[in-house]
Amino acid sequence: MNSTVVSYLSQAPGYGFLTSKLSEVLGFDATGIVNFLIFFIVTLVMVNIMAAIGGLGTYAERKISADLQMRQGPNRVGPFGILQFLADGVKMILKEDIIPRQADKFMFHLAPFLCLVGVFMTLAVLPFSSGLALTNLNIGVFYLLGVSSLVGVGIFLGGYSSNSKWSMLGGMRGASQIVSYEVPVTLTILSVVLMAGSLSFDVITEAQGGFPHEWFILHNPFTFIGFFVLFIGALAETNRAPFDLPEAESELVSGYHTEYSGMRFGFFALAEYIEVFVVCGVCAALFLGGYKVPFNLGTGDFLVKAFPAIEPMLAKQVGNFLQLGAFVTKTLALYYVVIWIRWTLPRLRVDHLMVLCWKYLTPIALFNLVGCAVWLYAFEGKSIWYLIFKSGAAAAGAHH
Amino acid sequence: MSSHNLDVYMPVLILMAFAIIMVIGALLVGKLIRPSNPTDLKLTPYECGEEPIGSAWSNFNVRFYVIALVFLIFDVEGALMFPVAAVFKKFVEIGEGGAVLASFLLFIVVLSLGVVYCWKKGDLDWVKSYQVSGKKDK
Repeated sequence: MNSTVVSYLSQAPGYGFLTSKLSEVLGFDATGIVNFLIFFIVTLVMVNIMAAIGGLGTYAERKISADLQMRQGPNRVGPFGILQFLADGVKMILKEDIIPRQADKFMFHLAPFLCLVGVFMTLAVLPFSSGLALTNLNIGVFYLLGVSSLVGVGIFLGGYSSNSKWSMLGGMRGASQIVSYEVPVTLTILSVVLMAGSLSFDVITEAQGGFPHEWFILHNPFTFIGFFVLFIGALAETNRAPFDLPEAESELVSGYHTEYSGMRFGFFALAEYIEVFVVCGVCAALFLGGYKVPFNLGTGDFLVKAFPAIEPMLAKQVGNFLQLGAFVTKTLALYYVVIWIRWTLPRLRVDHLMVLCWKYLTPIALFNLVGCAVWLYAFEGKSIWYLIFKSGAAAAGAHH
Repeated sequence: MSSHNLDVYMPVLILMAFAIIMVIGALLVGKLIRPSNPTDLKLTPYECGEEPIGSAWSNFNVRFYVIALVFLIFDVEGALMFPVAAVFKKFVEIGEGGAVLASFLLFIVVLSLGVVYCWKKGDLDWVKSYQVSGKKDK
């Protein structure tokens, strides 16, 4: 078991004690079992937290939209209505599960599974902090792109299997939209991979710094455009407005999940909100410095320096919490922007959607990719700030 | 990180198992407590109150397939570029970036030619391509 969390926690003082004790009791090396247990617990916690984040996403959406439209929003259940999502969840479990007579039953059951499993599997590589990522795959970015495609399959199957015209239209739109926007997204992510020289989220984040000018978004003009291409593409991939054509409630009733009811519908909604969180996290990790904290506070070395008596593990823990805070702050800020965009912009038309993807974003993404490659070759990966500083220093030197 | 160690994928499998168990668990709990009294009307597909006519699995517009084909080509080419992008920086660092950059750019030029071809042929226009092919048939 070689995961980041386990290798991180294995430095804790209790770990060695637990392992040796268990080995004594069982009579064989229990490292594997302990690692598995740690990972099991961490994953359990993580999955539940993410489900809660998905639920809170629905609450945030309603509250922020209410704020933007000068309404109150949900305010009955719990303080400020924050427990609304739990009430909704209970309601969904209690609702009758209706499967249309003409539907393809197997596919109908399978579709929400694919959506939710696809979204949860992307969590494995999301770098929350240097110590808290479930696993550190060396092909993390590639894995994420592959697994998140499962959601598209789920949406299409959901639309197809319902055997309802609205669902079919929504599913078809969803499939064509998700596959189309995957092209600019892939090309933009490629340019980041190019700059960082790795497919691992860990290395890509570490290649950036804590301050905005050290982030990839401000590294050079091409990555600056790239961030917006990625963000627009991500909005479309998660079917968020203004790209919510697959569910377009004013024209397709509810799109691909028209025929879904109760908990199965809940899974689609949950998957969407968690996916938005994941996608915002990916944008933050690739372009906004991820979990990096300014002044290298994230390593916890500053605590060791200030209080030499402190336990190094504790210092590292504090650093990790700072990193986690930085990552979550960036992600939630993007999440807010996503919701803000939804309640500000009107929905696109299907042909405009395709034109935007194929005639604007794809050529721009290709151009960015070429730009990044040439930049990397010409300036050996130095950022624009370094070049400005250097030319400024050279000019000042020539002046003297 | 141990790059050739398959152990790193173990968390992925566990996560997948968790997600599946969660979905099944929620559905099973729901099954115990939710009502189930389906009626004939309830099980018809929703069409805003109208009687549904025919099945939804009819022929679908061909432009979706064109988009799917174009996507397939681009995605495969994108996948082929990933390894090059991942090692490009190392080549630049040892001063061998020129050859890699040239081949990379050549590949991108071929890819862009694909875009230009599709664009020229009208496959990227959602509405226009439909009208053009419709006129030809008449």
